[in-house]
Amino acid sequence: MFLVWFFYFAVKGMTDLVYDVAVIGAGISGAMIARELSQLNAGVCVLEAADDAAAGATRANSGIVHAGYDALPGSLKARMNVRGNVLMADTVKELGVPYENCGSLVVAFDDKEEAEIDALTERAARNGVPVMKISGEEAREREPVLSGDIRCALWAPTAGIVSPFELAIAALENAAENGADVFFNSPVTAIVRDGGVLHIEAGGRIVKARFVVNAAGVYADEVSRMAGGESFSIAARRGEYVLLDKSQPVRTKSVIFGAPSEKGKGVLLSPTAHGNMILGPTAEFTDKEDTATTREGLQAVINGARRYAPSIDARSAITVFAGLRAVCDRHDFIIEPSKSAPGLVNVAGIESPGLTASPAIAEYVTQMLVSMGVDGSRKNGASRIRRPIEVFAHATPERRRELIAADPRYANVVCRCEHVTEAEIVQSIRRPCGARSVDGVKLRTGAGFGRCHGGFCMPRVMDILARELERDMKDITKSGPGAWILGGRTKGESL
Amino acid sequence: METKSLTCVVCPQGCAIEAHTEGGRIISISGNKCKRGESYARTELTDPRRTLTTTMRVEGGALVSVKTKGTVPKDAMLDCMKAINAAETKAPVEIGDVLIRNILGLGVDIVATSRVKGV
Amino acid sequence: MKADVAVIGGGPAGLAAAIAAKENGAENVLVVEREAHIGGILNQCIHSGFGLHVFGEELTGPEYAARFEDRAAELGVAFFTRTMVLGISPERRLTVVGPKTGLCTIEAGAIVLAMGCRERSAGALMLAGDRPAGVLTAGTAQRFVNIDGYMPGKEVVILGSGDIGLIMARRMTLEGAHVKMVLEIMPYSSGLKRNIVQCLDDFGIPLRLSHTVTRIHGKKRVEGVTVAAVDGKGVPVEGTEEYVPCDTLLLSVGLIPENELSRGMGVVMDAVTGGPVVDSQMQTSVEGVFACGNAVQVHDLVDNVTEEARRAGRAAALYLKDKSEKAGCFDTHAGKGVRYVIPQKLRADGQPKTLFFRVSGVFRNCATVARCGGEVIARSRKIICTPGEMESLSIAGDAVTGSVVVSVEEA
Repeated sequence: MFLVWFFYFAVKGMTDLVYDVAVIGAGISGAMIARELSQLNAGVCVLEAADDAAAGATRANSGIVHAGYDALPGSLKARMNVRGNVLMADTVKELGVPYENCGSLVVAFDDKEEAEIDALTERAARNGVPVMKISGEEAREREPVLSGDIRCALWAPTAGIVSPFELAIAALENAAENGADVFFNSPVTAIVRDGGVLHIEAGGRIVKARFVVNAAGVYADEVSRMAGGESFSIAARRGEYVLLDKSQPVRTKSVIFGAPSEKGKGVLLSPTAHGNMILGPTAEFTDKEDTATTREGLQAVINGARRYAPSIDARSAITVFAGLRAVCDRHDFIIEPSKSAPGLVNVAGIESPGLTASPAIAEYVTQMLVSMGVDGSRKNGASRIRRPIEVFAHATPERRRELIAADPRYANVVCRCEHVTEAEIVQSIRRPCGARSVDGVKLRTGAGFGRCHGGFCMPRVMDILARELERDMKDITKSGPGAWILGGRTKGESL
Repeated sequence: METKSLTCVVCPQGCAIEAHTEGGRIISISGNKCKRGESYARTELTDPRRTLTTTMRVEGGALVSVKTKGTVPKDAMLDCMKAINAAETKAPVEIGDVLIRNILGLGVDIVATSRVKGV
Repeated sequence: MKADVAVIGGGPAGLAAAIAAKENGAENVLVVEREAHIGGILNQCIHSGFGLHVFGEELTGPEYAARFEDRAAELGVAFFTRTMVLGISPERRLTVVGPKTGLCTIEAGAIVLAMGCRERSAGALMLAGDRPAGVLTAGTAQRFVNIDGYMPGKEVVILGSGDIGLIMARRMTLEGAHVKMVLEIMPYSSGLKRNIVQCLDDFGIPLRLSHTVTRIHGKKRVEGVTVAAVDGKGVPVEGTEEYVPCDTLLLSVGLIPENELSRGMGVVMDAVTGGPVVDSQMQTSVEGVFACGNAVQVHDLVDNVTEEARRAGRAAALYLKDKSEKAGCFDTHAGKGVRYVIPQKLRADGQPKTLFFRVSGVFRNCATVARCGGEVIARSRKIICTPGEMESLSIAGDAVTGSVVVSVEEA
């Protein structure tokens, strides 16, 4: 680090580029904020520690668009949730991201849980969220797989599901198309103020900006301290999940929650925006890098989901994973300019319902930055629209023919489970902030998300990545530096 | 008298063979369903041999699958690998082409088991 | 486009079925294969052990495939390679896509489903721990090593003693990797005995029965696994955990018949095999649609796949000639000690038949018995039966007068 600073001051003045805003973190908050800022006449960059967007909590969460009955009335969480829910429908349309307004049910088995549902109904009214209490029979009419022991439920029609990582990737892509610079593999290691400019050391380079948005997820406390900002503490709460195959028959149409208890919100059972079923999460405090699943945790997830839908069969699992929520000791979102570090805006403690809130957070932070001096005028030619990669599997026969006529690579199916074609994979690599790894292709196209989980298509995806990036196949990784897949050639070459 | 249990590997049936030996001399062999099982057990106890299958480089970066045409002593397999890994052949290759004659003087050829088209 | 017989899949099953269809009079036979090469998984199975029953000699996978490919070409079987079947209607209309065909439909007089199988993945096992690079199925590793010429790791632990795992233990050892151990959760191996001898024993690789991996370690790349003994129910025994450093975990934990197309067209499936319910002519519940190979049941010998596929191909050709009402069917059932029986239905056509089945545990000095109405119609004494090796019983054509039960009995 010292060497970098030494080098920097030695050559100071060589680069005069000063961004208006540097956003730290390309999770859902950072990506959506960058996208919103990219609409303005402001120079924006994004600094991301990982090799891709959506590398933290955004990659591994339930993907729920919460209705907003749960957050404490009057809290920033409640405001952002309710507003975010309203903005989400347009946001996903603009960005071309899988989303469904499927509604949610909170189910109750006994007196105590029914009382919780009544309390939620009251909260919903105060938050301005439409809900309806229904009987157990009505709940089972909606969702036949639900347990016969469910006594009543709370129906929230405005809840939905969205693909969280695609939302972040699409937002970042949109920002980049509008001129934002994105730096991956750039963990921020120091922030120094020099006059009205913040100098940020990230991944061996120095980036200068007038304002810094700290959207560093579980590391937001460290980034704030680094910049001389407020001292708050972010803890990592791990949530473990089980994802079931699309073909398994026990399904629900909407999101199923348990009634909240002293133990938290508990396990949910939900369809995903891609048509799988997801079970989870657990909630356990752990360290900030610990995304390992545990035997006990996964069993708890299955038991929890079976309580709502006893016929759920875990043998149809296609993957298990865990994500870390950034839980703040202030028990609300922290979205505010730092009082002690001028130019720093903290966006911290964005746990659930952070995904739902993200369009509202982006709007709120942008207004905040404009009030602090960022040029709020709209950039000429900036677009809110990001064209999604056209999915062959979803196209009509006529459209499929057109796609193949325009790009014959649409006729080459690479991922046999999800029917992802070579054309889609090539696009995912060539787009701004495009895929650089096998996981990057998977998140953008779904190749490898199916029941064989990449067994057949991984070598073919690697081959395409190698060709497009002009690298040897052995230099293609699963998820960036360190995640090597191939050690070397056979025939006795050193591994 | 000593009893040795072997699994016959001549064919995928994998007969469980019992061999009785005395002072290194084979007295009786049982459990085999066919004659080849008996000769396998005799060889396995005195001179174990294997068919080796692997790949060999083809000029230009491709690989061709190969095998020993016949068996080689079990202990010679890794040395054969070294010799094959050091070798390279040229396209086109046809199934059965001899790519290394009499490998390591063992009296066995390395032959191609797949085709590689000419460039 | 039209075909008399359309065969889905150009692996050993599809090739044998196509040849048999052609030899039995079908004129226009088409094989649709999604890979660039015909031959299926045999192309990467460069080890020997194929063909002993069919050719009376031991061949490698590519050699075995080449014989069928050559014969099919000689007979004028048409191949669509790099072509994916997207769906099949019950009226036997295929929707396919490929660089050569674009998107097109094929009307088939008869169809043979020969899609093969896929490997169970890490996610399906719900393995706890991290999700780093370096966890892959044995078959994917086999492709990397034998086709692409790359090593997927150097310090290797293999979970599951299925045949591909055993074959890869030897293959990676020969190419210079260190295979530390093979773990099998069951008290017996599901692989063939000869593979345990030639792939593990020959190289001093330990096979630890009743053991499993309980946790994967490593943020970016595998750094190690926790290994533990399991009790009779497959549950890890506390206190037996051991950390084994490694950079690669290969999985050989079962094969699953590929039947998305079969399900999509409404073929009745068998929950135990994961494949379609078939009759003694390998016809599925949908008329004119036949199935064979690993799409029906996971075989351990390609020779058996070939024989099954020949029956399916021949039946498909005969179906084209004579679509008249077929004789009724009797059911087969898995009795004591038997997991499943193929075919599930026997045509009452007076023809001799062979029943294929797998036992549910290890049995010594036993007999496999087929009974019809309590009468023994076939019986075979066995020194040993294991779930890893398919069993068969031949029954006379006139013996079947009702449903047939196959079980393991005392010798």
